[in-house]
Amino acid sequence: MSEPLLDTAVARYCLALGDDALVLSHRLCEWAANSPVIEEDVALMNIALDLIGQARSFLSYAGEREGAGRTEDDLAYLRSERDFCNVQLVEMANGDFATTMTRQLLFSAYQYELYERLSSSADTQIAAISAKAFKEVTYHRDHAATWVVRLGDGTEESHRRMVVALNAVWPYAGELFDPLGSDPSLGGLVEQHVACDPVSLHEPWSAYVTSVLAQATLEVTTTTWTPAGGRGGLHTEGFGYLLAEMQHLHRSFPEATW
Amino acid sequence: MPTPERGGAGVVPPSPARQQWPLWEVFVRPRRGLSHTHTGSLHAPDAELALRNARDLYTRRQEGVSIWVVRSSDITASAPDEKDAFFDPAGDKVYRHPTFYEIPDEVEHL
Repeated sequence: MSEPLLDTAVARYCLALGDDALVLSHRLCEWAANSPVIEEDVALMNIALDLIGQARSFLSYAGEREGAGRTEDDLAYLRSERDFCNVQLVEMANGDFATTMTRQLLFSAYQYELYERLSSSADTQIAAISAKAFKEVTYHRDHAATWVVRLGDGTEESHRRMVVALNAVWPYAGELFDPLGSDPSLGGLVEQHVACDPVSLHEPWSAYVTSVLAQATLEVTTTTWTPAGGRGGLHTEGFGYLLAEMQHLHRSFPEATW
Repeated sequence: MPTPERGGAGVVPPSPARQQWPLWEVFVRPRRGLSHTHTGSLHAPDAELALRNARDLYTRRQEGVSIWVVRSSDITASAPDEKDAFFDPAGDKVYRHPTFYEIPDEVEHL
């Protein structure tokens, strides 16, 4: 792969990693002051802050490798819906607490496997960001699993809500494991040991998630319908509203600081 | 596809079960070599979640290397109105303080 092509591919890859973290972070922030208990409010905001940190690192690096002079803020606030390449899982509406925790479990378990691999990426910047983030998502995964077990194996009502949540969220997890090669510009990154192929993450992810769900007395219902397209810029209806809220201030007052 | 249920933000009053969440006391050890110090309390349904909540509430700025949580109801405390009987008798017994020894200059760390 030639140097400029590699730059473009790395930028594109990091943009996707950053967008996932940024969008989920924003969704979690919607729980601020609305969580079931104040202790959980702090926990969710801690997770959101960790994700913002990951997003900043990946978006800054994406801007750097892209070489067009775009900063992390430009990338977060000045792109439109179709330019975001996050998976649809992270933009899903929060729903109730069961839905939020299910989404968190599926996503954090994915990030756990992903960052563990990327910690040894041939790209030293990606390796460094991932090594730091790995410790963070280890806790996110643990926090979500703790709740999923308690809600699934809890009261009749909490179990009922977990079943509804799992059925709603589960299909969206599929997109996390789409092969990198489905985007031709990214295929080469795996051979160069810069990126890891998401397909290879599915097995360890599945083993972990299945064990948590078994403990939670929950079963995965098989589905034939799998949403896709987030990586390519196709998003759900709610995503536009999310962006409007997230970007409004920066776009209205471009020089605003506080 | 099934629609996830909406959040219960401020709409649903806390269930009786949640109102019964016990109170936990949190002890944090700031560094190796120091002992655990009481830092506060919190509500949680069980010990494992109490530990996680404590991590989020009290060690956000790297305040600790170890956390203990104890159910408040498991702590037996001296009663404030027994303070005089408990503590005052020690007040005039100066010989309980090790102040009657000459400490040689050569002895360090004492």
